[in-house]
Amino acid sequence: MSNKIIQVDALESEAIYIFREVVAQFEKPVLLFSGGKDSITLVRLAQKAFYPAKIPFPLMHIDTGHNFPETIEFRDRLAKELGVELIVRNVQDNIDSGRVKEETGRYASRNMLQTETLLDAIEEFGFDACIGGARRDEEKARAKERIFSVRDDFGQWDEKNQRPEVFDMLNGRIDLGQNVRVFPISNWTELDVWSYIEQENIEIPSIYFAHKRKIFVRDGMIWSADDAVVFRDEEEVVEERMVRFRTVGDMSCTAAVLSDAVDIAKVVEEIRDSSISERGARIDDKRSEAAMEKRKQQGYF
Amino acid sequence: MKVLKIATAGSVDDGKSTLIGRILYDTKSLTDDKLEAIEEKSRQRGFDYLDFSLATDGLVAEREQGITIDVAHIYFSTPSKSFIIADTPGHIEYTRNMVTGASTAQASIVLIDARNGVIEQTYRHFFINNLLRIKDVVIAINKMDLVDFSEEKYNTIKSEIEYLASKSEYKGQNLTFIPMSALQGDNVVHKSENTPWYKGETLMHHLERLDLDDIADDSQTRFPVQTVIRPKTEEYHDFRGYAGKIYGGDLAVGDEIAVLPSQTKSKIKSINFFDKEYEVAKRGSSVTVTLEDNVNVSRGDMLVKVNEEPTIAKQLEATICWMDKEPLQASQKYYIKHGVNDAQAKITQLSSIIKTDFSGIEENPSELVLNQIGDIQLKLSKPLLFDSYKNNKSNGSFILINPKTNNTVGVGFIK
Repeated sequence: MSNKIIQVDALESEAIYIFREVVAQFEKPVLLFSGGKDSITLVRLAQKAFYPAKIPFPLMHIDTGHNFPETIEFRDRLAKELGVELIVRNVQDNIDSGRVKEETGRYASRNMLQTETLLDAIEEFGFDACIGGARRDEEKARAKERIFSVRDDFGQWDEKNQRPEVFDMLNGRIDLGQNVRVFPISNWTELDVWSYIEQENIEIPSIYFAHKRKIFVRDGMIWSADDAVVFRDEEEVVEERMVRFRTVGDMSCTAAVLSDAVDIAKVVEEIRDSSISERGARIDDKRSEAAMEKRKQQGYF
Repeated sequence: MKVLKIATAGSVDDGKSTLIGRILYDTKSLTDDKLEAIEEKSRQRGFDYLDFSLATDGLVAEREQGITIDVAHIYFSTPSKSFIIADTPGHIEYTRNMVTGASTAQASIVLIDARNGVIEQTYRHFFINNLLRIKDVVIAINKMDLVDFSEEKYNTIKSEIEYLASKSEYKGQNLTFIPMSALQGDNVVHKSENTPWYKGETLMHHLERLDLDDIADDSQTRFPVQTVIRPKTEEYHDFRGYAGKIYGGDLAVGDEIAVLPSQTKSKIKSINFFDKEYEVAKRGSSVTVTLEDNVNVSRGDMLVKVNEEPTIAKQLEATICWMDKEPLQASQKYYIKHGVNDAQAKITQLSSIIKTDFSGIEENPSELVLNQIGDIQLKLSKPLLFDSYKNNKSNGSFILINPKTNNTVGVGFIK
């Protein structure tokens, strides 16, 4: 036994408290896992919340089919190591069956299509709480979201009529068919997440670190040229540069940044000095001023 | 790094969102892409200044109407501190969202439009800050540029607030008055040359200097059990851990504790946090403890130190802030959520409505409507383990939930 006093970081303690409330208040929770740094952080926090017992809910990945191979490999290995059930549902299935229509053209992305697959999966398994890694500092519509965010049976967020959330009392009472989206790291910033990953020595997919990649530049953003899913005009010039990814979303809408940060300490330093926001590299947020709010009204997480 | 949670309050158009935007801008916390978006939108709308509220009003309806409807949480840091600002709405109809934002704040900024002085919404916001017992309150007298930076105007508002404060029963509050123009940046981050008569600090300097450690923690140890951890694996076959967050005080291995409400006595055997064990855990830590004896403990029970017991009762008196369109009526049944504990609650008496200008009470009203504050008595379906809000904020507050709609309809402060 270490003869020490514990006064854990307030953000970590808050997140662990939230995880325990989810398990106490809901019948069938699930952790929405994308293989990105935020959901990886959630997994560590969930481990801490229930240790030495296993994480008492499955992980679920809504796979757009356009994920970085590094992420998928990482996802499968993590679930195996933890001994946690991993559910994967594919956007491709809904495209094949004609339920959703794939976008075409320069900015085609499957990001929007995820919503339909997510709502189907929630219904299929009867999940009443979906834990996600969204943070309020990411985007201005996210900044408005509660920690327990009630969605109706169409997955809709009623942003003008949210439940008051006072002190740390979380009201998880819902009607049948409703579900709650839970955001344990609401109050974390991007830098908090990176610092935590560094402090806890958590493994993350390699695409977060600087590596040589074939890229091309469009609208001032850097796109991966290695992958067939990213639309590229013939005249757009391919070059090889040192880049890394700040967020790990669908490849078709996630741009890279030029970087020499090859390890976590350098990444933390880079984020600290950055003058561009994290979502600045997500083309789907730039579609309109209310892009995120609209997606959330439709059931996006 | 230390985190300071701040709530803003003020009436519509007093400039809360603008103030936050100004803070972000002057502390260079806005990233280039966000700043570009604000510049572009401000141009599009034909403004000859940067409309910083665009940084915080994240909902379409808010931007359409130019008002804040719900709380936005804004994050930034300076070399010495991290800040979370809850940008809360000013409209009376969204007061509940203001309470939402303010409930977790350690400090609060109340904005006043220097032209209008103290108005009814100021009373209300000041009152709520008192009710929540927020220790550090900044009275930001804004739009000083529109009153020619008049010292007289500033002094009038200052004395009105001081008079208001003198009528409050919460005397532990530190009030700081700052004259400013959020739009032009006077005394927000940079000291203004327009107010040579003002000898105090800028807002940011004040917030940076606030000592978080002086938020006294002399409260008794409260450890409500959130969940029982039983791995039932070979390695941890007999492990039975009680997980929760420490509300006040601390817990140490060897402490003699009482399990409430059963009053069973035992000793703390271990304090676990993930794969480590500790001797002592402090307030705010989400830990898992094991006990020497195999006692019956479940969610909602509470571990306390022997002889430091809270009130255990099936009725309570509280001040309540009503947050629902459907009024509170005496004899109505609700769910009460007190920390991690639930019970049914019946309003046995609606004793009074409290006037938020500290001018007194209205006795025996028939109902309490949205955003009104009143005193009630509750009868509970089972005993709850509580303190007065004055002595322990976490264990002295509760919410009421309407069983028909599942909505959180009120927040209570136990007397």
